[in-house]
Amino acid sequence: MEKRYLRRGLALAVTALVALAACTPAPSGGGSPSPAASASASAGGFSRGQGGELKILYWQAPTILNTHQATGTKDYDAARLIMEPLASWGIDGKPIANGLAKEIPTLENGGVSKDFTTVTWKLIDGLKWSDGTAVTADDVVFTSKYMADEPTADPNSDFMEGVKSVVATNPTTITVTYAEPTSGYYKFGTGGGNEVMQKAQFEKCLGAKATECPENLKPIGTGPYKLTEFKSGDVVTYEINPNYRDPKKPYFKTVQFKGGGDALSAARAVFQTGDVDYGWNLQVEAPVLKSLIQGSAKGDYLGKASSNVERVNINFSNPDPALGDKRSEPDQKHPFFNGPDGKIVRQALAMATDRTTVGKELYGDGLTGVSTCNQFMGNPAWESKSSANLPVCKLDPAAANKLLDDNGWAKGSDGVRAKGGIKLKILFGTTVNALRQKTQDILKKNWEAVGFSVELRSVSAGVFFTNTSNDGANKMFYDVTMFTNGSTPDITSYASGWTTKQIAQKSNNWNQTNYHRYSNPTYDALVDQMRKETDTNKINQMAIQANDIIVGDVVVIPLVNRFQVASGKSKTLQGTNLNPWDSEMWNIADWYKTP
Amino acid sequence: MGRYIIRRLLIAIPTLLVISFVVYAILALAPGDPLSQFANNPNVPPEVRERIRESLGLNQPWHVRYVKWLIALLQGDFGYSFMSHLPVIQLLKERLPNTLAVVGVAYILGVLLAVPIGMISAVRRYSIFDHAATTFAFIGFSVPTFFTGLLLIILFSINLHWFPFIYDSTLKVKDFSSFIDQMKQSIMPIIVLALFDTATLARYIRSEMLEHLPLDYVRTARSKGLMERFVIVRHVLRNSLIPVVTLVALGIPAVFAGAIVTEQIFRVPGIGELLVRSINDSDTPVVAAIVFLFAVLVVLFNLIADVMYAVLDPRIRYA
Repeated sequence: MEKRYLRRGLALAVTALVALAACTPAPSGGGSPSPAASASASAGGFSRGQGGELKILYWQAPTILNTHQATGTKDYDAARLIMEPLASWGIDGKPIANGLAKEIPTLENGGVSKDFTTVTWKLIDGLKWSDGTAVTADDVVFTSKYMADEPTADPNSDFMEGVKSVVATNPTTITVTYAEPTSGYYKFGTGGGNEVMQKAQFEKCLGAKATECPENLKPIGTGPYKLTEFKSGDVVTYEINPNYRDPKKPYFKTVQFKGGGDALSAARAVFQTGDVDYGWNLQVEAPVLKSLIQGSAKGDYLGKASSNVERVNINFSNPDPALGDKRSEPDQKHPFFNGPDGKIVRQALAMATDRTTVGKELYGDGLTGVSTCNQFMGNPAWESKSSANLPVCKLDPAAANKLLDDNGWAKGSDGVRAKGGIKLKILFGTTVNALRQKTQDILKKNWEAVGFSVELRSVSAGVFFTNTSNDGANKMFYDVTMFTNGSTPDITSYASGWTTKQIAQKSNNWNQTNYHRYSNPTYDALVDQMRKETDTNKINQMAIQANDIIVGDVVVIPLVNRFQVASGKSKTLQGTNLNPWDSEMWNIADWYKTP
Repeated sequence: MGRYIIRRLLIAIPTLLVISFVVYAILALAPGDPLSQFANNPNVPPEVRERIRESLGLNQPWHVRYVKWLIALLQGDFGYSFMSHLPVIQLLKERLPNTLAVVGVAYILGVLLAVPIGMISAVRRYSIFDHAATTFAFIGFSVPTFFTGLLLIILFSINLHWFPFIYDSTLKVKDFSSFIDQMKQSIMPIIVLALFDTATLARYIRSEMLEHLPLDYVRTARSKGLMERFVIVRHVLRNSLIPVVTLVALGIPAVFAGAIVTEQIFRVPGIGELLVRSINDSDTPVVAAIVFLFAVLVVLFNLIADVMYAVLDPRIRYA
């Protein structure tokens, strides 16, 4: 009898693993969720507490409510109802004053110094925390200290990178000074990750005590709602913050933020049963999602393009296991991607890649993503229009075949091309995810048609995105990999990810973002120039050039511009306004319901 | 008997130590990273991730972490979750009531249903009831819970709109109407799990009964002129239940461990759901605590089952 129970346990465990594998979240790039511009459309249409309960469903459950100790988007979003930054990011990548700041500092209003080093933020007058005490500039200064303090290990500490000082010039004014003139002068204070903490509450939570500090689970904030109850990994309930600055908002008396489960049943809860008002990131296969949306009397789909690009990454170093310790180190050149014919082989690979089919069949042709040949997306100002004319962006298997034929890469009896004893054999790695495996299948067919031999591998996301695993994206013991990420509103720092300085290698513990080991002096110089530039228009122009270099040189083969936000809402819920740069909850104070 | 129990308890100590070591080693050596959610977040560069890893103590070699963990464990401290930054024991306390309310109730229900079903099937062997029960039992333990769960959701939540499929752990049972709400939200997971438990146990009880029915003491009881009902209930059932009781005892640890798949499907924030999520997130302290506690329960209930066996069946003696 014991055996039978053991067997049952084993069966359960196996099923669990299968279920786990099936619902491993696709990594989403941009990090923060999104706002929209017409927030004020609803203003004045309702009064505080007029509505009942707002039900939000995330299939990943929030585990912590202090965004400065958060571990994922779910935490940032759940906390955003309570904690707010100085300003939010708008849909155009420019800040919007819906946070603690009275207005957005600009060159015109004198908030930004002429040398682009100093930004002066003014707090809204009479601003109060939900516990009734006053919000002062000291709270903002404290937040900056918390973010920058190394032992505190704030995941948002990069927002303090390049910040020389944050000083309270008077109780409502904060001066942020950057070490060098910068175009990214809104970096500190704007958007998710910059939520202001109450000094009185978190003062004792600095340093080594930060992670285990119980205050992380019950932050006091300035947002429209305050915490009622939090069950970590399960549910958060909120009630109206009586001290919220706008006396008309928020509309809902209470909010329930439930986590857990899977994306498909979350989609059903929005579109079929109407059990919830808002469902997050409904990553369901496009045909299924389409049928749910089309037949739905209850819910609307909210999808918005973001900066996230699903792309194929080429390895310029040699992942051959025979190299031992030298494997995938930048000084080991890839035999065919980085050999004498490197560019030709890479071009042929790109020309054989059918991104249109991937976009159409797997991403619902604009439902959850749309095919693209750009790596830099999300802001029309830096999206290249010229890349479409690059030969590598046009599907042309015949030309790819010819290119390889002409250069002496002849097909062997097995259909695989070779030259000088080097075979075009590719190991192609990505994460375990139904969508990705289907993409892999399409690309394998594409590439094999022009004489590559392709071996597919998929690894669980928790393993793939680590610098420690030999199966990970960082070490890149593959010839090509595939994943998604995207830029922040600061395109320069994203573009830096392909510079020589950021090559991931053993000496930096594989902890840099240039997994390709791509090194191009022209590209490096261009990014350097972007870093020094303060005129946004010029930066965007240079970003387009940078995009065309990495696409034209086939460092990346962009496939699909994925929608970071693929959420759903009930038809009666109004005021949601998503953007790719900030939390989906950025304007929750404006949400309301029609009868 | 007393000496036997003490000896068994002493043997349990090295067993648990070995289990704890193996569990921790597997978790530590398994690939995975609690910070992988940050991997594609451009706002969290690698240096920052490294710093967070350090703050979680992950930069130490795993055997050092194991010794620290074990020492803390001996003092009753299971450590902090990497994800919630909460004491693990607090997370477990929050979740145990949900698991007991669903998995526990399902188990009790399963036992209560299995006894009469198994008994009648045996007594009326090859009757329509027996055939029906046998079919039901085979369906019960061959159809996986994730399938029955989805089936119920599609039928009762999506088509009929009778029951919600999102478990609300903030619901507090205060009056009759909130009790009805609680019933509504837990009935589907309970049915799914009870179906499985009933099926397994009923088959077992049936075969035990069938073994006993032709035995001499049953004939003796009948020839004494006892009513058939007494023969079955007082004699056959009682004897048949001896191994079943131990079987039920051995199943109890599984109740505390929660139902991994079913909790996930119905969003019941129980121990099983916590375990799955923690494995997914590489939240080592939580996984280690749950697995270790499960090991303790298994060892304990094995002992209880053995002791009960001796109590129920005077022929068995432990020296």
